[in-house]
Amino acid sequence: MTSAAAHFRRLSLKELALRLVAALLGTFLLFLLGLPLLSLLVRVPIGELLDRLRDPIVVEALRLSLLTSAASTFAIMLLGLPVAYLLATAEFRGKRLLEVLVALPMVLPPTVAGVALLTAFGRTGLAGGVLGGLGVELPFSTLGVVVAQMFVAAPFFIGATRAGLAEVDRRYLDASATLRADPVRTFFRVMLPLALPSLLAGAAMGWARALGEFGATITFAGNMPGVTQTMPLAVYIALQTDVEAAITLSVVLLMVSLAVLLSVRLAPSGFTALGVRAGLSDR
Amino acid sequence: MTAGAGVSVVLAAWLVLTPGGWAQAPTTGSTPGTLTVFAAVSLTDAFQELARGLERQHPGLRVQFNFAGSQQLAVQLEQGARADLFASADRRWMAYAEGRGLVAGEPQLFARNRLVVIVPRSNPARIGRLEDLTRRGIKLVVAAEAVPAGKYSREALQNLAGAPGFPPDYARRVLANVVSEEENVRSVVAKVQLGEADAGMAYRSDVNRSAAPHLRVFDIPDEFNVLASYPVAVLKEARDPDAAHAFIRLLLSPAGQGVLQRHGLLPR
Repeated sequence: MTSAAAHFRRLSLKELALRLVAALLGTFLLFLLGLPLLSLLVRVPIGELLDRLRDPIVVEALRLSLLTSAASTFAIMLLGLPVAYLLATAEFRGKRLLEVLVALPMVLPPTVAGVALLTAFGRTGLAGGVLGGLGVELPFSTLGVVVAQMFVAAPFFIGATRAGLAEVDRRYLDASATLRADPVRTFFRVMLPLALPSLLAGAAMGWARALGEFGATITFAGNMPGVTQTMPLAVYIALQTDVEAAITLSVVLLMVSLAVLLSVRLAPSGFTALGVRAGLSDR
Repeated sequence: MTAGAGVSVVLAAWLVLTPGGWAQAPTTGSTPGTLTVFAAVSLTDAFQELARGLERQHPGLRVQFNFAGSQQLAVQLEQGARADLFASADRRWMAYAEGRGLVAGEPQLFARNRLVVIVPRSNPARIGRLEDLTRRGIKLVVAAEAVPAGKYSREALQNLAGAPGFPPDYARRVLANVVSEEENVRSVVAKVQLGEADAGMAYRSDVNRSAAPHLRVFDIPDEFNVLASYPVAVLKEARDPDAAHAFIRLLLSPAGQGVLQRHGLLPR
């Protein structure tokens, strides 16, 4: 008994030391992550921020950013959910390959993604002829911005959603089956609601990545105010001529990102309760 | 915690905390024996050849470049980037650097450049002459207005508006076809070279050996063209002003001017 208590105390002392070192080292990272954000905020007076929000270039860029990132996130959810479902539930030939493929854009430098998109969907690209025949020209178009965002952001949604679907307890699915729910019904009424928090977290991460997209966009879709110049591009272009404007634009983008991240962070618990109830109280 | 882990934690802390460790390692700064040149991206090919010449003349000297749009270089210098030389594609951004006290001595003009209109060799929009650029639906790519080439492009289009055979609203109609404002002139060339744009405006010197086989070039008549002037100056923060002056001497020498001309630039 006493030796066990001593053992316990010794362990927790070591643990304490470990945590202290971790906190010490963590402080440096916190500094690295936090200071740039803080310094952006203190650099810009609120009045100037509001003035800048009326600048047509900013309005256009912000509108375009919100529009394209919403569109790409929606498309990723629509097309990514089936992929996540297959990866989470099925074993098939080429699954490993598919896994690598959907994760690749995450590690690919965005500029490389842009060049790859040009060689695939550009006018002279592999699929460019087919797209052209359908009257679709992606480079220099708003749709091109959406495609670039989808390319870089899809892995975030698919990864999180797949994990969420895989974690759903088999017993619920079996129960649903014994109640004679067909697989489609089971998926939509049981599996999906249970995985909803992961799905929403994945969508939020994908959306954030899409909103911040720069390299693939400027390479693939170019830079045209009102058409392809999203906020990150506007920041970059402004930085070359008017540093103060670039800083203000950055703060605007930071605020928008923060707002969405916070709303998602605060929401999941509510969604979980909602999801479980909606999914399981049916029968 | 094992002794090994303890050692590595201490080591990591030491690396992070020690002044003169990683944090001090020069990134873009120059070290003795290294000449750092910030140059307009349109000078890329000519300057790289000149640098090899200078390195041969001065064994041990290494020339390193930061090629970008002149506007970006000027702002980088203003924000504290360290370099020995600044070569701008127009007087505007050299004046900007001078106005912020970054330049030592008088900038010197060393070259000029002409604008041209480029189209992909396959010429998907069937552009046969400069007047065709007004045709609706053409995908034209130019440099952004802040970029020297972008400013010159707009000026040249304005000049052409008064030329015989060109409509008075030529510039407006051509600019209505712009699908992208690139952040430097070499990106304009890339988009045209890839065949994604139907036409672009760039410097004669941008049609270099690697781009030329993929492009068709339309000259803008001299009387309507804008001559880009390239000034160069030693910077106040230069670590190796001697090497910087040697580079300028080479630029202005007949041999240096010859190199510039071989790469499509005009003598000063």
